[in-house]
Amino acid sequence: MSQGKKIFIKDFSFYYESFQALRHINLDIRPKEIFTVFGPARSGKTTLLKSLNRLTDLVFGARHTGGIFLDGTDIYDPKVDITHLRRRIGMVFDLPTPLPMSIFDNVAYGPKLNKMIPKKRLAEMVEKALRSAALWEEVKDRLHTSALRLSGGQQQRLCIARVLALEPEVLLLDEPCSGLDPISTASIEETLIHLKKDYTIILVPHNVQQASRVADRAGFFLNSELVEEGPVYQIFTKPIDKRTEDYVTGRFG
Amino acid sequence: MAALSTIAVMILILLQILSEGLPVLHLRFFLESPKSMGREGGIFSTIIGTMALTAVAIFFGAPLGVGTAVFLREYTRESKISRIIRFGTDCLAGVPSIIFGLFGFVFFVIQLNMGWSIISGGLTLAAMILPTVISTAEESIKAIPLSYREVSYSLGGTKWQTITRVVLPNALPGIFTGILLSIGRSIGETAAIILTAGSSLVMPTSLFSPIRTMSVHFYILAREGISMKMAYGTGAALILLVLIINVIAQWLINRYIRHRT
Repeated sequence: MSQGKKIFIKDFSFYYESFQALRHINLDIRPKEIFTVFGPARSGKTTLLKSLNRLTDLVFGARHTGGIFLDGTDIYDPKVDITHLRRRIGMVFDLPTPLPMSIFDNVAYGPKLNKMIPKKRLAEMVEKALRSAALWEEVKDRLHTSALRLSGGQQQRLCIARVLALEPEVLLLDEPCSGLDPISTASIEETLIHLKKDYTIILVPHNVQQASRVADRAGFFLNSELVEEGPVYQIFTKPIDKRTEDYVTGRFG
Repeated sequence: MAALSTIAVMILILLQILSEGLPVLHLRFFLESPKSMGREGGIFSTIIGTMALTAVAIFFGAPLGVGTAVFLREYTRESKISRIIRFGTDCLAGVPSIIFGLFGFVFFVIQLNMGWSIISGGLTLAAMILPTVISTAEESIKAIPLSYREVSYSLGGTKWQTITRVVLPNALPGIFTGILLSIGRSIGETAAIILTAGSSLVMPTSLFSPIRTMSVHFYILAREGISMKMAYGTGAALILLVLIINVIAQWLINRYIRHRT
């Protein structure tokens, strides 16, 4: 399709049973930008992210109208290989979710699902992913201890490394810093800015400040609707919509 | 008070059996087969019988039960089918063991012409332990956080990969507990086993040989007044066997959990 669009969301609505979680969303995500999706709780941010890698398929009674296109291909096309799609669009959840296995096995989990990988190659992939997530130096001597013993911030960077090991094209980050202390948050934000070189990133930020610190463009969600989107400096300094202004100036939310 | 009396009852039973039975327990008692109907000799063939029967029961019952639990938890939502299956297992759990014995006798022993044998008895026991295996496996699968599954799917895992690599390994300690309970029940069962596996004291040579388990041996020795001394010996050995199995299983579970966390 057109140049300059990694993801193209067209008139997309989403329903859980009778509850409408997204209303007629139209949005473009550009390659290798950090796009931040922000707004109050229950405004549809997480649903949007989970629609992008079709994790919403797991929810019984969920349905949608409209379409989402990745590089011009409709991701809801029945011909789409869903496991392949999810490899291309990696997701990090709001709470750190290490699987109860070793650090190494957590990072190797995704690559090993796909195919047999020689041990040596796998070790290289794990190291590379951990380095990209800025965790390698802290864990290189204890790769085979349980991931549950890491601190919260380390666990979240492990989750980022786990996704990076798949070498995805798009990263979905759903409040990756909620529940983390400011130092861990800073180190994750630093990691994100570093990752922007290679990945398209969609971030639900922890708060408005975080959105303005790391993002290129932003979209404000309220009550299942996309109220306004634009470059970060515009959204946070001179928003067009009154509701956006109220939110970013802290009048509600 | 209630807890104390429970412990008191347990201690009383243990004291009774062990004080009468322990003096009989020598190495020869374990390693020699019974002679003259069990009046003399040891209980070796009944130990082998017990283990073979239990192994067959677990071999068939555990995969079937765990498979059912996986189906109920991962492949269906609350629906008519899942309600029927759950109702069925609840009913199965309430059926008296002698009815299982009668069923096993009519179906496996006669209809399928397997005779009184390890396989007939084992399959009957497998049916008996199914409800326990299913419900414990289902509980432990239910306890696994949705987030683990989401992670697996989001990394490109298929349903089957998610079940085999995330769900089952994490449910294993719970599943194992259910199997342990089932082993206990298999070892302790008598009536259904006499009807399906017989009560032969001859050393079994194949899955189609009839056998006598330790519990049945104990029952016959005491019931027919053959030898109370040997009966208590068998009882004491039975208690020790269950104890050893439990200790080993607990050790295995703890090691497994420690390894993962």
